[in-house]
Amino acid sequence: MRENYEAVIGLEVHAQMLTKTKAYSNDVNEYGAMPNTNISAITLGHPGTLPVMNKKTIEYAIKLGLALNCNIAEDQYFARKNYFYPDLPKGYQITQDKTPICTGGSVKIKTKDGVEKEIGITRIHMEEDAGKSIHDVDMYDTLVDLNRAGTPLLEIVTEPDLRSSDEAYAYLQEVRKLLRYLEICDGNMEEGSMRCDANISVMKKGSKVFGTKVEVKNMNSMRNVQRAIEFEINRQIEALENGEELFQETRSFDALNNSTISMRSKEAANDYRYFPEPDLQPIRVTEDQINGVKAEMPALPNDLFEKYTKEYKLSEYDASNLIEAKPIALFYNEVTAHTKNYKAAANWIMGDVKSFLNQRGLEMKDFPISAEQIAKLIGIIDEGKVSSTVASQSIFPAMLEAPEKDPLAIAQELNLIQESDEDSIKNYISQVIAQHPSEVERYRNGEKQLTGFFMGQLMRLSKGKADPKAANKLMREMLEQ
Amino acid sequence: MYKTFAEVKLALKEGATVESIVQHYLTEIENRKSLNAFLEVFTEDVLAQAKEVDAKIKAGTAGKLAGMVVGLKDNICYKDHKVSASSRILEGFESIYSATVVQRLLDEDAVIIGRLNCDEFAMGSSNETSYYGPVRNAINEEYVPGGSSGGSASALAAGLCTVTLGSDTGGSIRQPAAFTGTVGLKPTYGRVSRFGLIAYASSFDQIGPFTNNVEDAALVMNVISGEDEYDSTSSSKPVEDYTNISFEGKKKFAVIKDAIQMDGLDPEIRAAFNAQVEALKAEGHVVEEVSFPYLDVMVPTYYVITTAEASSNLSRFDGVHFGYRSEDAKGVEATYKQSRTEGFGAEVKRRIMSGTFVLSNEYYDSYYTKAQKVRRVIQDKTNEILANYDFIILPTTASTAFKLNSVTDQIQMYLQDIFTVQANLAGNPAISVPAGTHSNGLPFGIQIMADHYKEKELLACAEHLMKK
Repeated sequence: MRENYEAVIGLEVHAQMLTKTKAYSNDVNEYGAMPNTNISAITLGHPGTLPVMNKKTIEYAIKLGLALNCNIAEDQYFARKNYFYPDLPKGYQITQDKTPICTGGSVKIKTKDGVEKEIGITRIHMEEDAGKSIHDVDMYDTLVDLNRAGTPLLEIVTEPDLRSSDEAYAYLQEVRKLLRYLEICDGNMEEGSMRCDANISVMKKGSKVFGTKVEVKNMNSMRNVQRAIEFEINRQIEALENGEELFQETRSFDALNNSTISMRSKEAANDYRYFPEPDLQPIRVTEDQINGVKAEMPALPNDLFEKYTKEYKLSEYDASNLIEAKPIALFYNEVTAHTKNYKAAANWIMGDVKSFLNQRGLEMKDFPISAEQIAKLIGIIDEGKVSSTVASQSIFPAMLEAPEKDPLAIAQELNLIQESDEDSIKNYISQVIAQHPSEVERYRNGEKQLTGFFMGQLMRLSKGKADPKAANKLMREMLEQ
Repeated sequence: MYKTFAEVKLALKEGATVESIVQHYLTEIENRKSLNAFLEVFTEDVLAQAKEVDAKIKAGTAGKLAGMVVGLKDNICYKDHKVSASSRILEGFESIYSATVVQRLLDEDAVIIGRLNCDEFAMGSSNETSYYGPVRNAINEEYVPGGSSGGSASALAAGLCTVTLGSDTGGSIRQPAAFTGTVGLKPTYGRVSRFGLIAYASSFDQIGPFTNNVEDAALVMNVISGEDEYDSTSSSKPVEDYTNISFEGKKKFAVIKDAIQMDGLDPEIRAAFNAQVEALKAEGHVVEEVSFPYLDVMVPTYYVITTAEASSNLSRFDGVHFGYRSEDAKGVEATYKQSRTEGFGAEVKRRIMSGTFVLSNEYYDSYYTKAQKVRRVIQDKTNEILANYDFIILPTTASTAFKLNSVTDQIQMYLQDIFTVQANLAGNPAISVPAGTHSNGLPFGIQIMADHYKEKELLACAEHLMKK
């Protein structure tokens, strides 16, 4: 049944901007403060107060617009969206309505099945957040926290280009990654700093006419967006198959039951009575300003992916892994500034470094060892002074304890410098051969896989210090004799 | 009687204290209680403030306006004082901050004596829409003082303050000034910060002074004008010294023919106006009639846009966060509906409904968009006239003040603004100065309008006309 249909999905992402102050006042913009503490007369919408634009928000919007190759509008106009709600103190929200700052542009996505696609961006506009109504703290009353009121938001609206919940998930991942790289938004859906509404419809495969669209709200994680879309696609197909008519409505995702529930029909929708905000003068964005933002643009994940795969010859898998989070990528960039062994640097970061962080529940910024020290560690392995195993098992843990210490000094102190002179290695090999005559016999009769066993014995005798490469070669020679 | 700041300063020089001057005004306020001009007198506060200013005068550190006793229209916020816009919906509400104009006056050591009655949310032309009852005209208490700044006009005319502040959205300073024989200035839109002025129509509102002479208007404007970081519609243009004025050389005056020929214009006012014109001509000034065929569309245009803005500006009065909340409302929806039903008066509701209607999806283009276009035409045409003339002069109003409760037709009431709305639609500065006394014993005014930010020239011209 499902294979006869195609889903059409458009997403609206609201990203709270990480500005120090709110969109139209000097009130502090922060998450997690005591309720109703970052509220001046302006946030409270007291009579006589006026909004004053936080120019930083325009800069952030331009940044995102440039990253997505959007057109940036020259003049910024603002509009009021009027509706009554207890967490909206002014009775209207300042937004951009017909004149968004960014239009056009796209986001490149890659689904987990490897499908690559460009998702068109319809518009990005600036607006202010409302406060928060809290329904589950007090038994009888809804509580209102206005700290969030006036927080600057970017609303990012896609074209109806997405065709599956996987694509939607990949899109959200990509947008979140970008927002984080640009340091515009921390992208935390659980805390609500990034929110997403989905417009979903289904149509018969091959049809050119979209079906009736339904808007789904209240999904507080990317997984929930995926689940809500899945549910909605199935619900709509089922309804159509049963001969039911779908109607335009807003539905709410119910995470407990993994389903969506109707909130309101289109007929019951508000007439928001948008009109130009008379309290704000239009603001002009100059070419200079755009160039200024351009000059300060950080490297974006796609640029880094290109560099890692083309220049550093990393696999696509490694490259994607490294760019996943900006702090990791930045650390990798720093390590590769000190070593040309790009692959080893990638392996160290994705392996030992990441597992250390994961085990301790730490973030990259908490990692004690400097990028330069990691590069040095890679250096002494490459020079054959220590083996990778020793480096990983003994030197790295020692470095974590004493991050300032030079890895080579650590290796010397712990007596871990690899022995690569032939005489001492031959001496170990002779001992191994002498101690294991039956295994030698079997080897000589063709069980070549016993090399591993002999190497293990050799390493035990040398306490891991024998250069495995040299030892392996000499071992074969002596066994063949 | 201290009618002007010059008289106050003279008294101070002769040994009076600010406290004694305040005492004088407090006594006068008490004597004229029947005017219903004051909603609240800040007796204790103003006396304490007066003592502080006296100390500063002694120490030689007093500001420019030391000794000036100011009354505020009840839509201008003053920290830790009540402000209600003469509406029940703000009953008991205290502002937690001061309007920029108030702060600037205080910084120059003016003292604030109280808040003055006005039309509810500045919506009205007779001061009869106030929840706290009508204000009476100080010249004759059977008559209205005009509106919406009726309390500011009447208090000043009765000598209850040195200066009062009002706000002007469509004529709310100039019309009451004309009705009470006082000087009323509406500055250029953007010249004076609106921060702390309870908004009626944001793209029209301006705060301005009521004074008994031009000099005091200039003094107050010197202090309250200028850019304000809290109002992005305030202009960064430097403020000129408005007290340093001279009316020299030959000027060009435009008279709007369509207005002066209007049927409803009182013949005595017309005659006085024409005499004024002749006098100016006799001095060698050029006075010419110009055509401005938009008189009949100005008031409708004004009402479409102002009510649209008002419907949104007044959304915050919802009974949830501050002000009046209906006691027996259950639930959010009922709280909104009942609080607003009980909290707003009839005229305010009428305008909220009109504004909501003109902004609604179906009617937006035929009303709001169209009105914006007409506003643009009026702006262009006004600019065009003022490119060729220094001033536009007109009677401020078509008649003198009317008796309380005598105008019951809303359209008639709205037409009170017919000569004054142009300055608000186009954003120009305009002033009304007394132009004579009618045979009915009531004063009337002449209005001068100038190009944007030409307050200095406007005040010079006003002073010249007043001297005659």
